[in-house]
Amino acid sequence: MSGGVLYRPGDSPVHRIPPQVKLLAAFAAVLGVVATPREAFWAFGIDLFVVLAVWSVAGVPVGWFARRAVIEAPFVLLAVVLPFVSGGPRVDVLGVAVSQDGLLAGWNILAKGTLGVLIALTLAATTQPRDLVLGLQRLRAPAWFVTIATLMLRYVDVIAGELRRTRIARISRGDDPRFLWQAGAVARGAGTLFLRSYERGERVHRAMLARGWAGHMPAGPAAPVGALRWVAGGSPALVIATAWAVAAWPV
Amino acid sequence: MTASVAMHLSDGVLDASTSVLFGAVAVAWLAVAAARGRIDVDDRTAPLAGLLAAFLFAMQLLNFPVLPGVSGHLYGGALAAILLGPWVGALCLSVVVVIQALLFADGGLTALGANMTNMALLGTAVGFAVALAARGLARRSRAGLLAVAFLAGLVSTVAASAGFVVEYAIGGQADVSLGGLAGVVIGVHAVIGIGEGVITALAVGAIVRVRPDLIYLVRTSETRELVAA
Repeated sequence: MSGGVLYRPGDSPVHRIPPQVKLLAAFAAVLGVVATPREAFWAFGIDLFVVLAVWSVAGVPVGWFARRAVIEAPFVLLAVVLPFVSGGPRVDVLGVAVSQDGLLAGWNILAKGTLGVLIALTLAATTQPRDLVLGLQRLRAPAWFVTIATLMLRYVDVIAGELRRTRIARISRGDDPRFLWQAGAVARGAGTLFLRSYERGERVHRAMLARGWAGHMPAGPAAPVGALRWVAGGSPALVIATAWAVAAWPV
Repeated sequence: MTASVAMHLSDGVLDASTSVLFGAVAVAWLAVAAARGRIDVDDRTAPLAGLLAAFLFAMQLLNFPVLPGVSGHLYGGALAAILLGPWVGALCLSVVVVIQALLFADGGLTALGANMTNMALLGTAVGFAVALAARGLARRSRAGLLAVAFLAGLVSTVAASAGFVVEYAIGGQADVSLGGLAGVVIGVHAVIGIGEGVITALAVGAIVRVRPDLIYLVRTSETRELVAA
């Protein structure tokens, strides 16, 4: 797919790391962030520093990430509400008594949610969609998953484009639904689109059979990934995991 | 229909062990769904499912304005369950949820298991259970089918949000009153679910007029064989 994708073409060392390494590193890094005790404020500082370092290597500007990080906004709301609705001992912040536990919980969601979305955005910005699926395939994702994901990414633009064209066709013929009344048009459009997608799926399957489809996506030759590249690609996750281990170490 | 990101859990809302737990739940459930959906046996199912996942993805991608500042999109749990059945429907939606997390950072990576459990698995399973329970009504008349689809859409949305409440009770970060949280979350999603139900019903209504044989819920076992052949 091309439209709406976050991938930023580039040739940085971050871009060149094999996708399976990047996927594992991203998951490990986010898990490390989430597992870090919320009182270990310094650890989140280290995590943020690691993310910033990866961006500077990848050559993606900070502002780009900031604009896209708003996707987690609904949970920021939760973070803001928690200090006021949680139980437990109260502390005064700017003259307002708020729950100490709720304050920490809010901070926890804000810090981990933000770091999580930044790490995921880093993965999305430096990896092509089809490479992401290839990485999942090399990480032994089930064959059905790889097939569905590959075809989905290949055809989502086609189908979204069809949806857009039917909408324009509808509007250009004088239909102008507003507010809730557009539900009818949207839903009937969805029904038509389902039928077209189904029939396209049947045609695609027959075309695949004609080209020798045997039930699973060919992976193509994969160059073996040397230990050095695993270490290089995994190093940010390693730093974050170390920060977690130190923070969580029972003193 | 909902603000486009409201249902995807972000990182840090659930603790690490709960995140891992629901990752395991999602993987186990998907393994069952793959086996029951016979997706590896029939070479036709997976490519078709790919196109239908693209359909669900496209439906989620396109927002339409509901009120000023509020845009909505279909979530599609009940629609997938009614059209594709509970197994293939769950597989398609779980691919959508995974790709959204990886491609758009929509939903946290550690919350992926919980998000898949809520939206791809719980939503389709509950939506299908409701539809199956009322299948007699759905087969009797067109109005019956629409009513069943509406109900399935509504209940599946509420079930997905109830999944979040359960996850928060297990591994949430603050001791908020669970009753209050459940009231707010489920209340909001009941309203959202009405929109989801209306769209699901009208979409199923449009399909049944043209190709009733494609709707998993109302297909008899004979036509199902016929379609598979």
